[in-house]
Amino acid sequence: MTMAAKLLAAPEEGGYNPLLPHTYELVVGIFSFLVVFFVVGRMLVPRIQKTLAERTDAIEGGIKRAEEAQAEAQALQQQYRDQLAEARHEAARLREEAREQAAQIKAELREQAQAEARRLVEAAHAQIEADRQAAFAQLRAEIGRLSTDLAGRIVGESLEDEARQSRIVDRFLDELESSNAQAVR
Amino acid sequence: MITLTAPAHGDEFGAPTPEELFNLAPVAGVEWFTKPVLLAVISAILVIGLTWAAFSSPKLVPRGVQNVVEYGYMFVRDQVARPFLGKDADRFMGLLVTLFFLVLVWNLLGVVPIAQFPVASHIAFPAVLAISIYVLKIYLGVKHQGAGGYFKNMMFPPGLPKPIYVLLSPIEFLSNMIIAPFTHAVRLFANMFAGHMLLAFFSMVGFHFLFVQLTPLGAPVGVVGVIMTIIFTGFEMFIQFLQAFLFAMLASMYIGGSLHAEH
Repeated sequence: MTMAAKLLAAPEEGGYNPLLPHTYELVVGIFSFLVVFFVVGRMLVPRIQKTLAERTDAIEGGIKRAEEAQAEAQALQQQYRDQLAEARHEAARLREEAREQAAQIKAELREQAQAEARRLVEAAHAQIEADRQAAFAQLRAEIGRLSTDLAGRIVGESLEDEARQSRIVDRFLDELESSNAQAVR
Repeated sequence: MITLTAPAHGDEFGAPTPEELFNLAPVAGVEWFTKPVLLAVISAILVIGLTWAAFSSPKLVPRGVQNVVEYGYMFVRDQVARPFLGKDADRFMGLLVTLFFLVLVWNLLGVVPIAQFPVASHIAFPAVLAISIYVLKIYLGVKHQGAGGYFKNMMFPPGLPKPIYVLLSPIEFLSNMIIAPFTHAVRLFANMFAGHMLLAFFSMVGFHFLFVQLTPLGAPVGVVGVIMTIIFTGFEMFIQFLQAFLFAMLASMYIGGSLHAEH
């Protein structure tokens, strides 16, 4: 406090007191401050503030645009991926379907072939039976003719053994009769 | 002080006195037109010119001088305005930029050759700014918190036991209303004053022992003086920047305190 008092009391001693402001310096100080404040603070700073805001907008706009583009690219990629998966799925489905169809066709064909084979076998059997019947009928006629022939010969050539011949013929005819009956049945 | 103020007799070395250093004669015979006044005018023109060159038609992509001054603007905005004013920062950027740039140029003129005088070492200049901030502070405080509210918030912060207010209220009033503006101005003034004295002292040591009175014994002292002058010039530049920053920061703090009640 004594120091301050001494400093404040200094002008009375005629010395220089740095803590006492000069009036003209106060005037020049306030004047220069106001002029600088008016030009810099009131005119120029708002301009740079506007520019800085615009710059922020530009940068944020750029970032936003980039984000949008990226989002779009990702959406497209997702779409492609979905489509690809769908296509794969479809292909798998088609393959499966084709396989099923092939199996079905194979089974049908096999069945058809088996039916055909059966039909053929049956037809063959029928044919054989018919042939047998025909052959039997033919055979019967032939046998009759042969027997008559045979009988004729026997009758014609060996009269001395007539009694034996007639027994043979009788037996033959009996046998023929019985086998004929059997065959017809 | 006695030895420092002893006048130089002939070849004897005498340290510079405050009166020699700061009580300067008028420049062009006009009584009020002294060196600090001239430098204050030059500073104002410099600040306006630089800022005009940078911000008169600012570009979205800054070039040249706009880059430099914009850097200063950003510094004030991010280090001075926003920490204390928050969302109100932009409203007061004009004032704070003016304060910071003006004080910075005032101070830096202390180490610019030929000028070599910090304008703020004459208390009138910091005082003008501090008083302006003081008036603005009270105006904003009364406007935003009401006349009663402003002083009530200042002197009677809530949440303290009643007897404390007997002690606290006078201290708060004194510190906010009287000491704050005083220290605001004196801090800047005293730093520049002392810095200029130091620089003048060391450079005079160098000059005296190397040119005025060159002796085998004195020469090393003169060399030390020159080296110290160089070192202290660098140091002084740092102080000059720091004080400009502090001055603007305190202004920002006072304004912020007036806009919103503290505590």
